[in-house]
Amino acid sequence: MSYEIIGITVLWLFLYGYLIVASVDFGAGFFSYYTKRTKKDHKIHSIIQRYLSPVWEVTNVFLVFFFIGIVGFFPDTAYYYGTALLIPGSVAIILLAIRGSYYAFATYGAKESSFYNFLYGATGLLIPASLTTVLTVSEGGYIQVQGDNVQLLYGELFTSLYSWGVVILAVVSVLFISAAFLTYYAARAKDQTALELLRKYALIWAGPAIGMGIIVFFLLGRRNPTHFEGMLDLWWMFAVSFAAFAGALYFIWKRKKYGTAFILVMVQYFAAFFAYGAAHLPYLLYPYLTIYDGFTNDAMALALVIAFIAGLLLLIPSLYLLMRLFLFDAEYVEGRR
Amino acid sequence: MFFENDPVLLSRILTYLTLGFHAIFATIGVGIPMMIAIAEWMGIKRNDPHYTLLARRWARGFVITVAVGVVTGTAMGLQLSLLWPNFMQAAGHTIGLPMFMETFAFFFEAIFLGIYLYTFDRFKSKMKHFLLVIPIVIGATASAFFITTVNAFMNAPQGFEMVNGVVTNVSPIEAMFNPATPTKVSHVIITCYLTAAFVLGAIAAVKIIRGNKSVYHRKALHLTMIAGAVFALGTAAIGDFSGKYLHEYQPEKLAAAEWHFETETEAPLILGGILTDEGEVEYALEIPYALSILAGFSPDTEVTGLNDFDEDELPPLFVHYFFDLMVGIGMYLAFVSMLFVFMNWKKGWNAFNKPLLMMIAAGGPLSIVAMESGWIFAEVGRQPWILNGIMRTSEGATTSDHVGLMLILFALLYTVLGVTCITVLKKMFQRNPVEKEMHKRGIDNYDIR
Repeated sequence: MSYEIIGITVLWLFLYGYLIVASVDFGAGFFSYYTKRTKKDHKIHSIIQRYLSPVWEVTNVFLVFFFIGIVGFFPDTAYYYGTALLIPGSVAIILLAIRGSYYAFATYGAKESSFYNFLYGATGLLIPASLTTVLTVSEGGYIQVQGDNVQLLYGELFTSLYSWGVVILAVVSVLFISAAFLTYYAARAKDQTALELLRKYALIWAGPAIGMGIIVFFLLGRRNPTHFEGMLDLWWMFAVSFAAFAGALYFIWKRKKYGTAFILVMVQYFAAFFAYGAAHLPYLLYPYLTIYDGFTNDAMALALVIAFIAGLLLLIPSLYLLMRLFLFDAEYVEGRR
Repeated sequence: MFFENDPVLLSRILTYLTLGFHAIFATIGVGIPMMIAIAEWMGIKRNDPHYTLLARRWARGFVITVAVGVVTGTAMGLQLSLLWPNFMQAAGHTIGLPMFMETFAFFFEAIFLGIYLYTFDRFKSKMKHFLLVIPIVIGATASAFFITTVNAFMNAPQGFEMVNGVVTNVSPIEAMFNPATPTKVSHVIITCYLTAAFVLGAIAAVKIIRGNKSVYHRKALHLTMIAGAVFALGTAAIGDFSGKYLHEYQPEKLAAAEWHFETETEAPLILGGILTDEGEVEYALEIPYALSILAGFSPDTEVTGLNDFDEDELPPLFVHYFFDLMVGIGMYLAFVSMLFVFMNWKKGWNAFNKPLLMMIAAGGPLSIVAMESGWIFAEVGRQPWILNGIMRTSEGATTSDHVGLMLILFALLYTVLGVTCITVLKKMFQRNPVEKEMHKRGIDNYDIR
């Protein structure tokens, strides 16, 4: 395997990691706000708090890892995306900043405040919407390169059906992934009332999540036929994704094996996300940039891969410890410590 | 727009703003874990619950500042690509390794911080909980290490060759361990510890000035001042080496910091003063030979003057004031902390006298001012280069027309974050004063005298 492929695979894995952990976090923020508005928050508040408190910081790092890593492996992305995405990128930063700090302010500092709660809920949906701009733009046709200047075509972006499809897909996926995880967490906590409510949310958002997935799949066919052809060649991965979705839905519907159900949801998104990514290659930005243009030198690539492996050896045991103490420790999950 | 729409200038201002705001939280974010570790260790060693409580309360405030540090750090990381795409393109090829590793270090710290905070009462053995703070200290310090090597590289780039404008023959390790790395990294890390010690010390000093008699605050002050004295002495020693580094590798930066115009031996050190239109230094305090000694251990060292450089390759000369401010406050912190430690050690002397306490209290904000001055000197002093001698700042910037709008948005964001952060911290400790917490936890609280 070439360094280019190793590099993009590593980065894509981290982006996938972010997709899952951040979705849980974003969705939790929205559910927490929504239930407060409808006065059902007593049912799920403690579940959400107990899960989020020790892990919120870890979520952000997945994203930082991705955008620092991509500049390391593919320095030219900084030039193209950096110049074009000044505004959407800055908006995403501001939303992330508000979300992260106000979560900490509310949890560790001030008393519960409905304003903080609103910020937390709203940013949970706006951040995925703004971040997906990057994926949309990568399909080509939204960026114009003239000489030294790279420009984002806002008119094109805001009037494009595909771009709005991706935004909706992102939002409903966040809600589905989050509900599926929190259902499992509530089941572990043996919290029956929370479980019922969260299971209901998972079932409600399952339909839109898969439906939007299919719609966006076909919208892409009109947007970028080359990429779409590539995805059709990988049809079996999308089949795996759909089968995993069906399995997850079955278990949640039948009220059993919520843990397996969540793993299947992870498989569903893993298969679709990697099929999408693999078909996207070799392009990082249609039609200007492939993974072979301006790839970093071999010495840097090797150093980054070694650093990555060393880093994983350090992180995996630490993450395991974190999960054992907070995710899989029955007494903690049940709120007895 | 209140001034001309110049993406380079606006990008610089926005970067100063983000860095300046982030630096406050990053600095105490690196320093406070060290202080928490020391306090928790003292608590175990002396079997003194006051120190353990100190660690606990510091950690609680620390999370709030970490949150702001994390989000502004994320902003900084992304803004580098958004505002300096050309620079990041070059940086990705050469210095991407430590940037990447910094993320790992922070990841490691974040995981253990989550665990540490929620496990204060979970383990039977106190030692076990103390062990959890070690990875936080290591992660925080390693983050500072890696990211400072990137800044060092901007000052003394090496480990690659430029052939027809293309970067080749890259050695990431050589780039990371460039000549600026040893002094820069050690200076940044130890001053983070120093700043944290003084910020925490100032809080204790203010409490005592306001008439709080709890022994808790006295112990906090004593602990932070001993630590502060040690770190201040370390800072002075490393600062001396930084001078020698500048003399060797960035003589124009040293000359600008010192308003040193003529190349000569037995060069004096100039403190303060003003520069007349004719380029004469007036009203300054001169210490004979000191600059030559700072540059190379001996009065015979020849120090290159500003007149020997191309004018368009020199930084603005106002950096002199920031340099002086940083050094002056550093000296002040060393003096105050050593005075406290000495008076406390002498039998019959009262270290907790009001004037000294006031001086310590001023040391908190002053240490932040010194840190900011240091970074302004470091960054402005490198101008007009973003990569010293290789890429000019104007070549690294974005060409986008919207930086001005982003500048306004981020200025608003940082104002709101800064204000809420202070309010939340205040409320948090006012609602749960230490006396109340000691009572709740059944810790003896006795007053002094």
